[in-house]
Amino acid sequence: MANLTTDFIGIRSPNPFWLASAPPTDKEYNVRRAYEAGWGGVVWKTLGSEGPPVVNVNGPRYGAIWGADRRLLGLNNIELITDRPLEVNLREIKSVKRDYKDRAMIISLMVPCDEDSWKDILARIEDTEADGVELNFGCPHGMAERGMGSAVGQVPEYIEMVTRWVKKHSRMPCIVKLTPNISDIRKPAEAAKKGGADAVSLINTINSITGVDLDDFAPEPMIDGKGTHGGYCGPAVKPIALNMVAEIARSRETAGLPISGIGGVTTWRDAAEFMALGAGNVQVCTAAMTYGFKIVQEMISGLSDYMDRKGFVETQELVGRAVPNVTDWQFLNLNYVTKAHISQDDCIKCGRCYAACEDTSHQAIAMSPDRVFTVKDDECVACNLCVNVCPVDNCITMVEMPKGAVDPRTGRQVGDYANWTTHPNNPAVAAE
Amino acid sequence: MSNSMLTPGIAAHRLPAAAYDANFVDHTEPLERHEAQVAADRCYFCHDAPCITACPTSIDIPLFIRQIATGTPDAAAKTIFAQNILGGMCARVCPTETLCEEACVREAAEGKPVEIGRLQRFATDTLMAKGVHPFTRAAPTGKSVAVVGAGPAGLAAAHRLAMLGHDVVIHDARPKAGGLNEYGLAAYKTTNNFAQSEVDWLLQIGGIRVVTHSALGRALTIDGLRASHDAVFLAIGLAGVNALRAKGEDKDNVLNAVDFIAELRQADDKAAVPVGRDVVVIGGGMTAVDAAVQSKLLGAENVTIVYRRGQDRMGASGYEQDHATQSGVRIICNAMPVAVHGNGSVREVEFAYTVDGPDGLKPTGETFRLKADQVMKAIGQTLVGAEGLSLSGGKIAVTSTGRTSVPGVWAGGDCAMGGDDLTVTAVAEGRDAAMDIHHTMMGA
Repeated sequence: MANLTTDFIGIRSPNPFWLASAPPTDKEYNVRRAYEAGWGGVVWKTLGSEGPPVVNVNGPRYGAIWGADRRLLGLNNIELITDRPLEVNLREIKSVKRDYKDRAMIISLMVPCDEDSWKDILARIEDTEADGVELNFGCPHGMAERGMGSAVGQVPEYIEMVTRWVKKHSRMPCIVKLTPNISDIRKPAEAAKKGGADAVSLINTINSITGVDLDDFAPEPMIDGKGTHGGYCGPAVKPIALNMVAEIARSRETAGLPISGIGGVTTWRDAAEFMALGAGNVQVCTAAMTYGFKIVQEMISGLSDYMDRKGFVETQELVGRAVPNVTDWQFLNLNYVTKAHISQDDCIKCGRCYAACEDTSHQAIAMSPDRVFTVKDDECVACNLCVNVCPVDNCITMVEMPKGAVDPRTGRQVGDYANWTTHPNNPAVAAE
Repeated sequence: MSNSMLTPGIAAHRLPAAAYDANFVDHTEPLERHEAQVAADRCYFCHDAPCITACPTSIDIPLFIRQIATGTPDAAAKTIFAQNILGGMCARVCPTETLCEEACVREAAEGKPVEIGRLQRFATDTLMAKGVHPFTRAAPTGKSVAVVGAGPAGLAAAHRLAMLGHDVVIHDARPKAGGLNEYGLAAYKTTNNFAQSEVDWLLQIGGIRVVTHSALGRALTIDGLRASHDAVFLAIGLAGVNALRAKGEDKDNVLNAVDFIAELRQADDKAAVPVGRDVVVIGGGMTAVDAAVQSKLLGAENVTIVYRRGQDRMGASGYEQDHATQSGVRIICNAMPVAVHGNGSVREVEFAYTVDGPDGLKPTGETFRLKADQVMKAIGQTLVGAEGLSLSGGKIAVTSTGRTSVPGVWAGGDCAMGGDDLTVTAVAEGRDAAMDIHHTMMGA
């Protein structure tokens, strides 16, 4: 039986599933219920400075996009950091942590960009016995206009400076949460590392408008006829998050920097994928907001079963396992040839592969009058679109051609590994 | 009234008054908006979709379902009506389980097709509830067409012709337009006077005059119509009923199932329709099922359908057969009537068991009798009143676009050869004949 216990930058938790700093972790009531449901850790909703708390809008805070059957695929929010008094949050954090010593308790922080503000807040949370802090340099809405959140996260120098202050004024492990609203995610990660961060967590939410009200002509979510960009999250952002995690994990400057993976984790499989790309644990929000805290039970059982299947005893055996296989396009094997294959037993004859290939790809699928769909190997470039649009899992697969076989499309033999760097069509090669 | 299911002979009011309302409610619940959304999301938007091929009117089903899914049911309705102006009725009465839904790839994938029929009803009901007619008439062409028969084929042809700018006169023998939609379907399939509402809605296109109580005969002849119109479309259905060819079938209370169904449809008070205690329905098609099930719903104690061949040969679909047996109807197969017994009125029907061999149906020699105080014949209808036209298989011979042997005369629906005797088939034939009439008249 796999051991899901994780030690992330010295913070132990019974499993790698933490609730991200967000509405579900805004108060004691929820966090106790989350721990009871089985969550390994909680990043408490971001605290601000002493003083009157921030206020939130009183209209819709969330917008969404849906897939078939109104399955929630993406969520955006314009909620700010906690709007409850600092003392109340601190008292509750302490109360919960006292009762759940085996669970991770991280406090997310966002205060103005000056050393005194950070020194002050760090002193105030010292007494809670929380396990660490997460610096919220990510929120793209509201707080950024006040010089906080992603306004800091988009400037690597600020990240480094603030991180340094935090390490100077606190003994707690420090996680820097990164915004994806930046062109190269490695730069802020490097800055965090230089500032002394123990880890980075990513991604925070993505600037977004989820829709437009076509009667009132205003973006969603709409507040009294107006809207603003909010932070996008949920299953739809996972591919973006996975790439950013991988970029940090494989970058020479940041390799080995612990990563807490965030972005659309909904099932055990999503979590395992983040971990394989280098995340030591994952943080979850939208899945809990969609299905409730109980969702973690599937994540725990699924990851445990998977690890057993793979013979992994500790989560560390999974973490980073796929990182060496993330490479640049130029190193991909151009002599790896596959062809689509349609299983006639599984085919339900919807013809979507045909429409996709015929209309938008390489005209490599034949359709008979009685709706039998077959791949024309001499046309198939193995683009995978038919696999992607087929409604039946595993009905269409990509079959590798063995070495030495002749690709009927090109007439060439499948050869040994060779990539773009040595390809005759590469101008750089010709120049040499 | 103190009648009950056990009252001997033929009697009305066999059930408590409230039971009739419950028994004759809409057979299939319409989809609510949310249900429609969920059902629509299941459609895969197949390429060259098998459901379209399976639909006699070739409705673009994936497109209309996508239009429902994207919140535009009115556009969905227009997609349906463009192919099938009686899409509202077809959504109710089509045997979808043997047409579009049988062909649905999700039937192959999961044994659960997309609920095409119910989605079609959702779309068409949504638009029709607004009283909106989605088409407008083209400029008048000055041509006129006579349509005989205001059933599905006649109405579909008339609508298409009127839409194209022609003037149409429909003659129908009955007091109301609608044909079998009005007189020939089980009441629970088309509640709330839907057939008449649909006719009224269809006529909003304009340019169509309906003349009821007007049958082919002395005053109205095919030659006369040819002389007074540019084209004639015959959609006269099958007015005759096949005989049992069993001894004693002229006894009292041996009736035609179609007449029973029509009477029931026209009855405002279902409780007042008399029905036997022991009802025997002879036949194996939809008419047999409609008559048998409704006899049961009226309070008959024992209702039996007797069909001369094996169950797999029954014209009624598996779904309809299940509906019958679930309603308490007994189905006996491989038995043919040999005699109707009784003194004045029927008391019993005698059947001979049959075997269906290479030389046709043969009695085994074994017979049995069923108690019956009412016998309904549902063994098919016959063509009446197509004098002067070539026939084929007992029906009017037509080309694929409905041309008969007489120039200027087209025919479609149940009276014409080819196709299943379904509402949707009749609509397709009426529509296609109308297009051919149009092209012929306009010289295109």
